[in-house]
This record gives sequence, structure tokens and C-alpha cells, in this order.
Amino acid sequence: MEIEKTESAEEVFAVPEPDVPWVTIVHNDPVNLMSYVTYVFQTYFGYSKDKATKLMMDVHHKGRAVVSSGSREEMERDVQAMHGYGLWATLQQDRK
Amino acid sequence: MPGQFEPLPGGGAAVALDDVEISIIRSLAVQLLELIGPGPAEDASDDPLAELFAEGPSEPPSDPVLRRLFPDAYGDPEGTPQAREAEEQRAHSAEFRRYTENDLRAGKRESALAVIRALDAVAAQSAGGGGAVLKLSAEESRQWLGALNDLRLAIGARLEIADEDDTDLLYRLPDEDPRKPMVMAYLWLGGLQESLVVTLMP
Repeated sequence: MEIEKTESAEEVFAVPEPDVPWVTIVHNDPVNLMSYVTYVFQTYFGYSKDKATKLMMDVHHKGRAVVSSGSREEMERDVQAMHGYGLWATLQQDRK
Repeated sequence: MPGQFEPLPGGGAAVALDDVEISIIRSLAVQLLELIGPGPAEDASDDPLAELFAEGPSEPPSDPVLRRLFPDAYGDPEGTPQAREAEEQRAHSAEFRRYTENDLRAGKRESALAVIRALDAVAAQSAGGGGAVLKLSAEESRQWLGALNDLRLAIGARLEIADEDDTDLLYRLPDEDPRKPMVMAYLWLGGLQESLVVTLMP
């Protein structure tokens, strides 16, 4: 009885945590050089030249690209790093 | 080749700069440094921990250059959020700013200072002469790369470059346009940064 009671109490107080990851999005801007953006994706994220170049082209042509995903804290870290490099980045929950 | 970084054997990069080029980059770096402003520790207080725990601002900067260097972390630039969602994004951006902007400003300050230090050293070599070769270690190259990018972002914001069409227009400015010298500096720094990034490519 006591165990059941505890469980139901936990349920009441549990914060609903939707299992939706967060993403870091890099936005296009006309100042940053294509080579520099590719360099940042390779250097900071450790992406291959091919992957970094593809993401850079997505930013350039589609106006934005999702460059990483994970917890909110991780994405805040990535966004801060992107701002440090001078890239225009935001984070949001990945509601597709 | 003038105005182009070349890789150095064993890492780092070098570029030949004349006195005018040295003074242009230096003056732009000093202006950027003044715009970014001093760290919180320089404001008051002898407490060494004060800086560590000092909170950054929660409002976006009013200057367009600083707004570009320290953008909001939350919010879709193309989206039209509902009022409640927009309010939530503002609150999250404000909190992010409080905990990150001091560090971001410090990083950009350090890069700009590294540029000024290196230029002062090379200007001393060049004194009276027609220029000198600036030699950077790999670490200095990374600081220069970031600083050159910040300088171009700053000039881009001042010139109100918002999309690729604006860049095309700037290329075709008549010589008498008051923006012309700034545009020339912007394009020249772009070439310099492009050659530097090539030397650092993993």
C-alpha cells in the first residue's frame, strides 16, 4: 500500500518532459565567408570536410541549417560557441 | 603576394603588410575594442570574484554592430510567433545573455587585443621602412581569424549589408560615395581572412 501511494504521488508531481530534442540552427548572413563557415563546422563540431561543406551550402542556399541536436544545455553551449565565432545561431525545440 | 597570408612550415602563417595596412587594421581593431567595452571587473570593485559572478546584460545591445556580434539565442528570425511564444523567447534570450555575454565579450576583446599587440610588434620592425612581414603562430592565427571576422561583421553592420544583393551594390559604388573607403577596407579584409582560413583548414 505504501509503495503504491508513493508512486502515485510521484506521478502527480512529475514534470511532463516531452522527449523532443533541441537543435542548434545557423542562419545565413552575407558577411561570413563560405570557407570560414566550413572551417568553423569542421573545427568546433569535428565534422568531416564533406559534412561541413554540405551544412555550409544549406545555410547559404536554404537560409539555415540544423548543425547539431541534443539537450537544451548542450545546444546553449553550441549556440554560445557559434556566437563566439561570429556565426548567427539560435536554438529551439525540434518540433517537426 | 601582398595582402595574402601564406602558411608557415610547422604551423602558423605570415603576411607582408605596409605601414598603411598596419595602421588601418590597428585603427579598426581599436574601434572594435572600444565598442565592446571593458569587462565588469574594470568597472569597480577590488573583489577578484566579482568578475566571475558578475551577470551580463539581459537586454540586446542598442548598437547594430553589437547586436550582430551578440544576437538573441532564442527566436526564429523568419517566424511570426504568437504573443505568448514571443514573450517566452525574449525571456529565454535574456537569461542566455546574462550568463554568456560577458564571456563572449571577453573572448572578442582578447582576439582584438592579440591583433593590436602583433601589429605593434611588426610596426616596430617596420619603423621608417616600407613595411614588414607579420608572422603568426597557429594560436595567434586562430585569434586573428576570429578578429578579422568580427571586424568584417562590424563593418558589414555599419554598411547595413543585410543580404547578398547589398554586397553586389557595394561593389559598384562610385568613387565619390562616402562609404567607398569603408567598402574597400571590407573587401580587403575579406581577402585577408580568406587567405588565413586556408592556412588553418584541418
